[in-house]
This record gives sequence, structure tokens and C-alpha cells, in this order.
Amino acid sequence: MADHKRIDEVTGTHTSGHEWDGIEELDTPMPRWWLWSLYATIVWGIVYVILYPAWPMIHGATEGVLGWSSRGQLEQEMQADAARRAPVMNAIAATSIADLPAKPELMQAAVQGGAAAFRVHCVQCHGAGGAGVKKLYPSLTDDDWLWGGDLATIEYTITHGIRNPDHKATRTSQMPAFGRDGILEPTQIADVVSFVRTISHQEKRSASSARGAVLFEANCAVCHGSTGNGGREVGAPKLNDAIWLYGGDRASITATVTQPRNGVMPRWNSRLDPGTIKMLAAYVYSLGGGEKAPAPALAAAAAEGPGADGQP
Amino acid sequence: MASPDDLTGEHGSLYAARKGVYPKKVDGPFRRFKWAIMAVTLAIYYGTPWIRWDRGPHAPDQAVLVDLANRRFYMFQIEIWPHEFYYVAGLLIMAGIGLFLVTSAVGRAWCGYACPQTVWTDLFQHVDRLIDGDRNAQIRLANAPWTAEKIVKRTLKYAVYLTVAFWTGGAWIMYFADAPTLTHDFWTGQAAPVAYVTVAVLTATTFVLGGFLREQVCIYMCPWPRIQTAMMDEKSLLVTYKDWRGEPRASVKKAEKNPGAFGDCVDCNQCVAVCPTGIDIREGPQIGCITCALCIDACDSVMAQVGRPRGLIDYCTLDDAATEKAGGVAPPIRKTLFRPRTLLYFGLWGAIGLAMLFTLGQRTRLDLAVQHERSPLYVQLSDGAIRNNYTLKLRNMELRPRMIEVTLSGLPGARLWTDGGARETARQSLRMSLAPDRVTSARLFIVAPGAGPARQEFMIAVRALDDDPRGDSETIQFDRPGTEP
Ligand code: SF4
Ligand code: SF4
Repeated sequence: MADHKRIDEVTGTHTSGHEWDGIEELDTPMPRWWLWSLYATIVWGIVYVILYPAWPMIHGATEGVLGWSSRGQLEQEMQADAARRAPVMNAIAATSIADLPAKPELMQAAVQGGAAAFRVHCVQCHGAGGAGVKKLYPSLTDDDWLWGGDLATIEYTITHGIRNPDHKATRTSQMPAFGRDGILEPTQIADVVSFVRTISHQEKRSASSARGAVLFEANCAVCHGSTGNGGREVGAPKLNDAIWLYGGDRASITATVTQPRNGVMPRWNSRLDPGTIKMLAAYVYSLGGGEKAPAPALAAAAAEGPGADGQP
Repeated sequence: MASPDDLTGEHGSLYAARKGVYPKKVDGPFRRFKWAIMAVTLAIYYGTPWIRWDRGPHAPDQAVLVDLANRRFYMFQIEIWPHEFYYVAGLLIMAGIGLFLVTSAVGRAWCGYACPQTVWTDLFQHVDRLIDGDRNAQIRLANAPWTAEKIVKRTLKYAVYLTVAFWTGGAWIMYFADAPTLTHDFWTGQAAPVAYVTVAVLTATTFVLGGFLREQVCIYMCPWPRIQTAMMDEKSLLVTYKDWRGEPRASVKKAEKNPGAFGDCVDCNQCVAVCPTGIDIREGPQIGCITCALCIDACDSVMAQVGRPRGLIDYCTLDDAATEKAGGVAPPIRKTLFRPRTLLYFGLWGAIGLAMLFTLGQRTRLDLAVQHERSPLYVQLSDGAIRNNYTLKLRNMELRPRMIEVTLSGLPGARLWTDGGARETARQSLRMSLAPDRVTSARLFIVAPGAGPARQEFMIAVRALDDDPRGDSETIQFDRPGTEP
């Protein structure tokens, strides 16, 4: 092939000697500015290596004379962002949670900030969007609240957590393990389950549920109320509605009565500042199940002061 | 490091310095047409941002404005929102088909007349002629040593280049903000940094591309010539040197001595001298030819001088060239312009244009977008009812506040409420006020009886409660237990 190099008559240019089916390739010179562009990129590269971190070493890279680093830049941007958000954050921190809804813009900012904090700290148990996990962690989007669903109550729950053994102000209550501890016989438990399923309209009245009613009044009504209306002072769930945290079928209720779960939630005042907790409360409240009126439970707890364990 | 000239292979230098192009002044119908196009395109480019258009109190009064901050595009009476970007897509498709249409009919007309690179190169070449003189004077000056005169002329020329380039860059930013305000801010140092950067970049690129790189952009950098080659066929118009009529070439004197032995070309090189890309059209069709037809003007005036018919260089299709070569007569030009291919392109182009105009006329300025929240898909309520949550995006694209009503249909027993409401306040429909020219976003809670299909389609509709009740609706799902994947 190399033998076919020649000068093309039409253009006066050398051919490269390559030929495909009679089509030859011209060896047209590149424009010179093109070469200069290449040199310019080389110069650019050298300057860049001098100015910025570039050369990988065993421990990190060369530093570059500008002292720039992506980590440093991130730090700066984070600081700038914190400064930008400071006015709103301060305003939220200075407003009592009950007054937030009266300031729609602040409330909106709090809900957005709370959504971000929720994604970091809460979704592990309560799920994205606060949907909860069936038979494990309660949904935060429905209208059924163990301890109350108004803003201040939610804030209190997040702050102090539930059943934290080493924290005085935490919310505490304990359902006895009726089966494990032998308080009720298995047949008696079956009767109580029949009664509970009757008041939640899952079963018809029966002899078993009639017997269960008596047992319920003696053992359960003190927390759950005679009609199964629940008791928020002690976080006792409503038993006559459609929502069952640990399942509403016979087997699930039997398991709960035999060996209750007594679920635990961490207190967040050891890890989050009050402003963030306030925003979290606002976000949870906004999920659609928030209640307007403060729960009587909170009023009672507040009257007794922090540390009231709420045990009957 | 070796200098570029030392990078020699066995065939000579690998890199070639640019050969100067000093196009000669020419006059003729095509040159005058090119002047006209240049005047119109430049006037549009520099002038458009200064046209005012009254839209009332809530909107800017600039006729053509790309408002990036508020994400609006204004073009006279038309206002485009980001979600209506398909209009821009439609325009791009029209531009694409338009290019097919123009190229298949009249070849590289875009390159020759309307391309910004062509227009600004032409402008800068005109500056060359004003300051350095015509072709010969320019060549003389380029080869002359650096005398005081040359330094003065060069300084003056580059100053004019820079002024034009700056003006060009400056006009660009006027499309993105209120032009009078921006001009004031720009000169008082109050404009956004991005404005200064944009002007600087565009000034630099105009200066370099229009002042120096010129035809090299067309030949080495631009993809259009390659694409256009594929879009043309043997019926597309090209600037063609009719070698069957011109060859062999001879001067007028030589031809007089030997009548009948020579063609019409008098080898005066005028066609080469006027060419803005510095090519010789007599070597046949080539990628460097932008079909600006200046060589036609030049050759026609030569033919007139020597008393031969015009059109030795002329617009001509490959088919016509074959016909004429064989001694036939080319069909009239309308046969070239109106043939199935161009008519089809035109039909497509026009149909898309009409469709866009039609939808522009029909579009409502109250728009609804609903998103079903997925986590959770539904919420079980304590009384057995089921709640689904939605995010509503309500666009009030009119420049007045509006009162609207949101209603449901197809979901029996359903009630709805929105942010700030609660289930106690739920109704079958709700009213909201929308701020002018804004997107309002709201969460919509819908509660429906627990008994029903696991997945049920229903409709959310909005309508305005004023003189223009046109609204929008969307069909979306309501989920109940049993729909989990
Ligand atoms: S050859 Fe003629 S038509 Fe082509 S670019 Fe040159 S002057 Fe223009
Ligand atoms: S201008 Fe016309 S006559 Fe003169 S060299 Fe070109 S083709 Fe020949």
C-alpha cells in the first residue's frame, strides 16, 4: 500500500497511500491553529496541576498552590447555607409549637425542614412518608394516636421518647403479660379475644365473648376503658376501631395478650436540638392525621410534671 | 518543543498555516440580496429586545423575553411556561424540517445568507475593506512590514472588530432581562455577574470567529456542511461552474485569434477573488462553497463586459448540469422548487405549524397536575374509611388572581380537604383562591368508604369561578387495602 503514495492532481495534495476500492485518502495537512489549540490545552493542564490538587500520592494528593479542596468547598457551602437559613431557624426555635400554625410561612418552613430530618432519623422505623411498618411500628399518617396527635403532644413524644428505661420524663406504661405470667388461663385469653373482636365489629356476640366481657372489665378496662375506647394517659390503644398496630386477627390479639410488645422509641432530645424536634413534630402533624385539640393526657402529664410515669 | 513547521513528515508539513482570504468587493443582484438579508437579520438580532409589549401589571413589558428566574418565555402575545416546553420542541422540529425543505430545494442557502457565522464574517470583511481597502490593498498591507501606517490601521481595525463583537455579545443578554434596565445596570456595574461573563465570552468568540477564523469555521468546525451534503439530491440547487461551456479557458485576445477553439471562461480569476471562503468554484462542487453566489455576480459582470451570455457560473442542479452538458435545455426553476419531495416537506412543516397555532389558541390558562402520594399508598382510618393523599399543582397562568373549585367524580361517598383543613371540614368539593401567574401547590386528602375496589379510577377537576370557566381535569387512582405489590 505504501507504494501508492503520490500527488493528487486535482488538489495538489499528497495521498496517504491508503486505498479502498479505488478511493484514496488525501494526506491534507491539519490547520495550524488546531495544533496551537492542542498546545493551549497542554498549558492549561500544567497550570491546573499547579493550582489545584491533582497528583495522587500515597496519603492524599498534591495540594495545589491555591489550597482549594472539594471538602473545604463543601464546608464553606454548608456554612453559607446555615447562615442563609439562620433567620428562619431562629424564628422557628423562638416560636412555641402551638403558635406555629398561626404563622403559615413559618409552619411551611418547619414542615419542610421536618421532612428532611424525618428522612434521616425516623424513616428507619416509621417508613417513608410515616406509613409505619405493619406489626412493628405505628403509622403516623392515620387518625389513631396512642399518646395524642396534636402538635404539642407529638413534640413531647419525640423529645422524651417512649419507655426509655433511663429517662424520667419519658412516656411509660406497661401492659402485663397475661399469658406468660399466668394471670389468665389460655381459655380465658380466648374469651377476652372474642370480646375484643366483638367490640371492634370483627365477630358476632357469642357465649365466649360474654365470658370475655367479664374478664375484660376485671383485667383490661382500667387502661383500655370498659368499651375499649383506649386511654391516652397511658398510651393504651383503642380496641374498638379498625386500626391494629400488631394485627387484629385472633392469633395476633392472642399473642399480644399473652406476651405484649411494649414498644420503645428513643428520646431525641439527646441527639437533636429543640428546633429540629419542633420541625419534626410539625412534619408529622402535617401527614394528615394531626389533631387540633391537645390530648387530655398531655394536660394531665404536664400537671404532674415531668417524670410522671403514668402507671395506674 | 518543535515549532509547528518542523513537524514534517515525508510529504511536507503536517500542519498548514491559514492562507489569507481577501475577498474582493463585488456588486450584483445576489450581493444586493445578501446585503438585504444581512440588514434584516442584524436588525432582528440587535433590535428585538427593545420592542415593548404591554401585558398589564403582573408581567414584563418586553415583547420577546426569556425570563429564566421566573421560568417564563414571552413572545409577543404568547407566554410559554416550562411545562409547555413542547412548543419549543415543536419549533425545533419545524426548524429541522425547514432545514430539510430549504436544503432540498435551494441547497445551502442557509449557509450562504442567513448563518450567523456568514453574516458576521461578511460584516467583518466589510470592515476590512473600509479600513484596509479592497483586495489588493489588503494583500499589500498584509505583506508589508510593520510601519506606523500598518500599526495604526491594524489597531483601528481590531478596535472596530472589538466594538462590533462587544455589541453582539451585549445584545444577547438583552433577551434575558428587561433591556433598558439591564443596560443601565450593566454600565453602572449593578448587573448580575453572569451578564458580564456572558458578554465577555460572546465578545471573545465573536471577535475570534468573525475576525480571524472565518471560513475555517465553515470548513473545519461546522457540522452543517456534512449534514447538508446528505440532505441534498440531484435536484437541489448548487452554485456550479459550467465547465462544458467554459473550458478550455483562454483570454479574450487568444480567443479572438482562434475563434471556436475555446470556451467562455476568460480565466480572469474574478470568481476566486470575490469568494469569501477563498475557493475556486471551477474545480467543481466542494465543501468549502457556502453557495453565497458572489462568484455568480462577479462572473456575470465579466461576461457582460466581454459580451457573452451570463450564467457561466450559476445556480444549477446536478440533473440540469447533466442535461445541459448533453446539449439539452434545463427545465424551468419552478420544477426544481416544486417537486414531490419539497412539497412533502412543506406539507409536514405547515401541518406542524398549524397544529401548534391551533393548540396555542385552544390552551387553557388554568392547569391541573395531580400526583398520587405513594408512601403510604393509602391510610387506614380508625372508623374503617380509607384516606389517599395527593399533591395538587395548580397553575394559574393568567395575570389575575382567580377563584377556583376542585371537584371529584367517580368516587362514591368521597370527601376531600386540603392543607389546614381536617376531616371534620371535608366536603365534596372545595374552593381555593390562586395568585396570578403562579403555581400553587397543595396537598389534597381524600377519604372514601373502606368498602370498594382495591384500585378505583376517578376524576379530579378544577374550574374557575369567573367569566372563563374553562379548567382542567385529571383521572387518577384511589387505592384501598389489597393493592400492595
Ligand atoms: S464559490 Fe462562489 S458561491 Fe461558493 S462560496 Fe465562493 S463565492 Fe460563494
Ligand atoms: S469569473 Fe467567470 S470568466 Fe472569470 S475566471 Fe471565473 S468563471 Fe472564468
